[in-house]
Amino acid sequence: MALFEARHLHKRFGRQVVLEDISLSIARGELHGIMGPNGAGKTTCFNVLTGRYRPDRGQVTFDGEDITGLSPRAVARRGISRSFQIMNLFDEYAAIDNVVIALPAVRVRGWSMWRDLARHGAAYDEAAAILQRVGLAGKEQVPSRSLSYGDRRALEIGVALAAKPKLLFLDEPTAGLGAEGTARLADLVASLKRELTIVIIEHDMHFLFGLADRVSVVHWGQVIAEGTPSALRANPWVQRSSLGGLAA
Amino acid sequence: MPHSPPTAPVVTAPMLGLLAVLASAPLWLRAVGLYQYLAIEIVIWMTFALAHNLLLGHGGMPSFGHGAYFGVGAYAFGLLQQRAGAELLGGLAGAILCAALAGAVVAAFISHRRGIYYALLTIAFGQVMWFIAIKWHTVTGGEDGLLKIARPPLRLGGFEWSLVSNDAFYYFALGMFAAVVLFLWRLVHSPWGRVLRAIKQNEMRAAFVGYNVWLYKWSAFVLSAALSGLAGALFAMAQNSAYPNVMSLHNSGFVVMMVLIGGGLVSFWGPVIGAAVFILARDLLGAYTETWLLWYGLLFMAMVLFQPEGVAGAWRAWRQRRRTRAAMHGAARHVANNGGA
Repeated sequence: MALFEARHLHKRFGRQVVLEDISLSIARGELHGIMGPNGAGKTTCFNVLTGRYRPDRGQVTFDGEDITGLSPRAVARRGISRSFQIMNLFDEYAAIDNVVIALPAVRVRGWSMWRDLARHGAAYDEAAAILQRVGLAGKEQVPSRSLSYGDRRALEIGVALAAKPKLLFLDEPTAGLGAEGTARLADLVASLKRELTIVIIEHDMHFLFGLADRVSVVHWGQVIAEGTPSALRANPWVQRSSLGGLAA
Repeated sequence: MPHSPPTAPVVTAPMLGLLAVLASAPLWLRAVGLYQYLAIEIVIWMTFALAHNLLLGHGGMPSFGHGAYFGVGAYAFGLLQQRAGAELLGGLAGAILCAALAGAVVAAFISHRRGIYYALLTIAFGQVMWFIAIKWHTVTGGEDGLLKIARPPLRLGGFEWSLVSNDAFYYFALGMFAAVVLFLWRLVHSPWGRVLRAIKQNEMRAAFVGYNVWLYKWSAFVLSAALSGLAGALFAMAQNSAYPNVMSLHNSGFVVMMVLIGGGLVSFWGPVIGAAVFILARDLLGAYTETWLLWYGLLFMAMVLFQPEGVAGAWRAWRQRRRTRAAMHGAARHVANNGGA
């Protein structure tokens, strides 16, 4: 059974239809890619899937439960994490504090108004382990606004991982990264593969085709093709499009 | 290597220093040309400014109508005393509760907002309460306010202290201030305080890691209003009255000016510094000129333009520079000593 399923999602802003009819099915443990040209509705699609926007029509199920139209908070608590295309961090906080705040163990203590958070040593150790995982060991105490661009991208993923998600959404994780940063990120995502289910929106076809089990091509607010990277390389639309040139 | 930051001590050196200075104030106030009542006002405004800064500095919520909750506390204390026979602690508890309640209602309408919209709504609600205070004659006494509010004695375990004299009441107000300082210090270092600070930095991220942003903002407002109500009740005792002016827009503006001039955005102690500077400026400048607020306003503008992080920010920057210079001297000496070898 699919871990995550979206059926016939439809979303419009005013008179502009952004999602025409999106259906996606993501199996447990799969790494699923979403690609498409600019303005195809990929990010809106993500925002609908993670609760930022409510779809006008259609249904989203996760782990057998209908989560259509739930708030971001409710979606997050069910085990779905996400990163953002435009980076979203707690800028004043040190890298480690960004992760600590995102830990479920800290979240359930969030209403404690007396005990010093610094006394929860276990939370900081757990956060440090996550930072090491995403390649930020030694930068725990650096304020996140002072981190390099690539490190901020890695921290985004660290914050998303802190929630121990079953499903991780990454919105254009390579945006703005150079070749070296992209390679580093590919290693990180490859190391997470199979451990949790991952959905990635991406422009960089080399990156995506090298990692994904299956890829959905979104255009005009619809899924126009779907399959394994090798099958998609043979797809006439993908070949015709400018994207195809990169994929070859 | 432990990864957790050092825990915040329950009592810190600045806390003890500040309390020592304030506690000894009655001994030296007159010698420097000040008077006891002024110290009472300073301590009350410090309490109010700290309460306000929980929202502005720690939570990033610009409340520009906070005089309303100060006023609700003042009126509630007076009314409970005059209509329900409440004594000291009952009156204070009632004032805190009423202010918290008023805050809870207002926060329910504004906690989904941010920035300028948030600020405008707080002003609007503040004005509504000020208007009620003026117009609801039968309860609030209209423009005259509530007069003859007494300072009831403090009764604890069979002992009784009169608070009628300014000296005695000063120590009581100082005790309340110390309690608020200890509570807020714990609060900002608690998980709740750290989450609130995270929400200030990025509401959307906080929601996407699973926090109920609305409820945190709401509860911060309620707490801040409750402590403002305590300060208001103390003010009613200090003035022996409660009147609409305490709820007015300019009173709400004063507390914002205190917090910003002191440096509440960067320091826990900013509001405390700011309240002292403001009340002293009012008194000292006020002795020379009736237009002291004009000069103070100009000072405020200069501060916002050239030193937006306030007195506490300037102090911090100065210490930072000194430390850097000392480190550079040290390094230079190190090079001088070892470089030639």
